[in-house]
Amino acid sequence: MAEQLTFELVSPERLLFSTDVEMVVVPGGEGDFGVLAGHAPLVSTVRTGVIDVYGSDSISDRIFVAGGFAEVVAGRCTVLAEEAINLKAAEKSAVEERIRQTEQSIQDLNPGEDANALEAELAVARALMDVLDG
Amino acid sequence: MPSLKHLRVRINSVKATQKITSAMKMVAASKLRRAQEEAESARPYAERMERMVASVSQTFVGNETSPKLLSGTGSTKQHLIVVATSDRGLCGGFNGSIVRAVRARIGELEGLGSKVSLFPVGRKGVEQLRRDFGERFLAERDGSGSRSPTYSDSSDIGQTLMDWFDSGKFDVCEIVYNRFQSAMTQTVTFQQLVPFSVENSEEPSLDGAIYEFEPDEEAILEKLLPRNIEVQVFRAMLENAASEHGARMMAMDNATRNAGEMIDKLSLTYNRTRQAMITTELIEIVSGAEAL
Repeated sequence: MAEQLTFELVSPERLLFSTDVEMVVVPGGEGDFGVLAGHAPLVSTVRTGVIDVYGSDSISDRIFVAGGFAEVVAGRCTVLAEEAINLKAAEKSAVEERIRQTEQSIQDLNPGEDANALEAELAVARALMDVLDG
Repeated sequence: MPSLKHLRVRINSVKATQKITSAMKMVAASKLRRAQEEAESARPYAERMERMVASVSQTFVGNETSPKLLSGTGSTKQHLIVVATSDRGLCGGFNGSIVRAVRARIGELEGLGSKVSLFPVGRKGVEQLRRDFGERFLAERDGSGSRSPTYSDSSDIGQTLMDWFDSGKFDVCEIVYNRFQSAMTQTVTFQQLVPFSVENSEEPSLDGAIYEFEPDEEAILEKLLPRNIEVQVFRAMLENAASEHGARMMAMDNATRNAGEMIDKLSLTYNRTRQAMITTELIEIVSGAEAL
């Protein structure tokens, strides 16, 4: 068994992950990167995408993240995600509902109101849907 | 000697008060549980965010290009204190202790020759500070009311702070809130938001590791620092909400207990008075009968 890496994933609401893993593949702002134990110190932005967590040889968890930051230091990889959903627990119907509601609130906006936040939210929900559709 | 009717009215009114305070205590207790959970689960993110900023900022020590949010404006003349309080009262010394700490802090900073402005968040803080320090308010806003604090509120506050910083309204910014320890104890905490101070991160330097940055460090810090401010504000709000419910629960528990004692005392007086009256009446009847 290869050397282990401590992987921590936190969203503003809670600590989702704090376990020893073999490897994680993080969707970085400038391309995906894999982190193994002993990786050089790195700080990167994270784009919306999926983090693959390799337990031993195979993917043990896939987690959808909506942007954030990742830090790698000696034997530890910390991802601060703005939002994180474990794909095991994600439900399509809930995501569909979320897309519909966001679209609705964009339509309900009064002219002059800022739609940026809602549109970002919609993009995140759609990206999640794409991932689930696989 | 108070009349019987008078006593009866008092007992009833104290009983009604006791019902209200004990109901408020229950409500506070159930809200506390949720608020505490939220506050505690938000801690890891805030702490790791702080740690990340701390380690990234090491690369910038002594570097002239480092962003102002990190290294400060080079002056400490203008202070801004964000005062987080609750919107509603009846929570014991919760708001009072924050306001007292802020007063002391203003005195201390002015003694050093700084100019202090305030940004109270929460209706109670606004009310209590307005009389003495009203002219120092840069802005004021209500807290989250009876809802729990949301990230978008904190992000608004963070945005406002960034705007003010960019337009040179302050050099140093602190936030003061009640840090939640348990339902019984909350400690008034000052936390420096701008410039980022490495001291308040618990886990400093990681053997001076040199980081690779993706994209470059300026771009990352540009995103990371404002985000960190928002997160720290959010953390303060959550801690404050939990503390508020804790303080209210304790205050209402005391009030309920006091009301109980008062009811006991009043009932005793009531019964004594009633018995005294019966005795007097009996004596009157007996002595009347004897006189015949």
